[in-house]
Amino acid sequence: MKVKAVAQNNVVSVKILIQHVMETGRRKDETGKLVAGHYITEVNAEHKGERVFQAEIGPGVSKDPYLAFQFTGGSVGETVTISWVDSKGGTEKTDSVISAL
Amino acid sequence: MKKIVFNRSLALLFVLAAMLAAVRVEAADYQTRVQADIQAFRDYFTAQFPDVKFADYADGVYAIDEDSRQQWKEMEEFPPYALSVEDGKALFEIPFANGKTYGSCFANGGAVRQNYPYFDEKKGKVVTLEMAINDCRVANGEKPLACKTGDIAKISAYMAFISRGKPVDVKVQSEGAYKAYVKGKELFYAKHGKLNMSCAGCHMQYAGRRLRAEILSPALGHTTHFPVYRSKWGEIGTLHKRYGGCSNDTGAKSFAPQSEEYCNLEFFETVMSNGLIFNGPASRK
Repeated sequence: MKVKAVAQNNVVSVKILIQHVMETGRRKDETGKLVAGHYITEVNAEHKGERVFQAEIGPGVSKDPYLAFQFTGGSVGETVTISWVDSKGGTEKTDSVISAL
Repeated sequence: MKKIVFNRSLALLFVLAAMLAAVRVEAADYQTRVQADIQAFRDYFTAQFPDVKFADYADGVYAIDEDSRQQWKEMEEFPPYALSVEDGKALFEIPFANGKTYGSCFANGGAVRQNYPYFDEKKGKVVTLEMAINDCRVANGEKPLACKTGDIAKISAYMAFISRGKPVDVKVQSEGAYKAYVKGKELFYAKHGKLNMSCAGCHMQYAGRRLRAEILSPALGHTTHFPVYRSKWGEIGTLHKRYGGCSNDTGAKSFAPQSEEYCNLEFFETVMSNGLIFNGPASRK
């Protein structure tokens, strides 16, 4: 997962690129068998203990999801924590320090 | 609506005439003949797009369309090929079964993109970066990688990334090199496929105009920025994968990646881009 958090005035702009197969569960492999679904179901972002972003996503989102959002009240040097959960119970969590523009 | 005051067909004919005239010159200096071709090629585009700076042609369609350029600039803040470059670095550093690494084949930790393609006198053919990566694997007892997407594109992306900023300077100094160059040039200008279209038809005559919903890129600068993360592919892919797609689009059967035909085409296109800067990998639609 790559995260970039940039603050300008009072607005923090966060960009996230998550490496994930996002398998829909409807795709067939070369033998004709259905490839099991495996996709991120929820993405959360926290800043100073408060949730600033939540996305419930699913098989409609394609491989290596890119998400971007903005929130107010963050400053340079503070930490934003991004975490996600997928349909097989897999998780990942990353801390990103807010930088200046 | 852009007003076309410049007759593209006539200009293309002039370019071809200039190139043919260069062939008739009896000097054995191939580099001089090639330089005349390069100049005619550049002049064609500077006449067609007088407001575009030469160096910007390395950015392809983004050099000639403002709206696309804005979207691309925003994507470059957090590019989709970033993960492929990281994967490529990891792959580059994994040793082969015999203990050696890609570093034993490539100098500068792999920052050698600018040395490819080149005409190998001993092998008597054009060698591309992807071909060299596979040659390294085979020389060390490993199986070669498939040449459209996947690991080879990731390794190529990493090597291209760490070679950014190096100039394109492909030499054509022998008869063998010149013959390969001419074959690549002929493939570029020849019409083929059920639709009877040539590379030049779309990427010179129709550069900047629309093909269905997309805007055609100018051929000048075509190979500086590969491999590319193409949104349509959802992953990073090689130049020869793109060549294959273009052949299919003209209703022609595509050549295999790393075939002699596509290697010669890559050779010709890269020579035409001499003087630009390598800026791969890149993102495209």
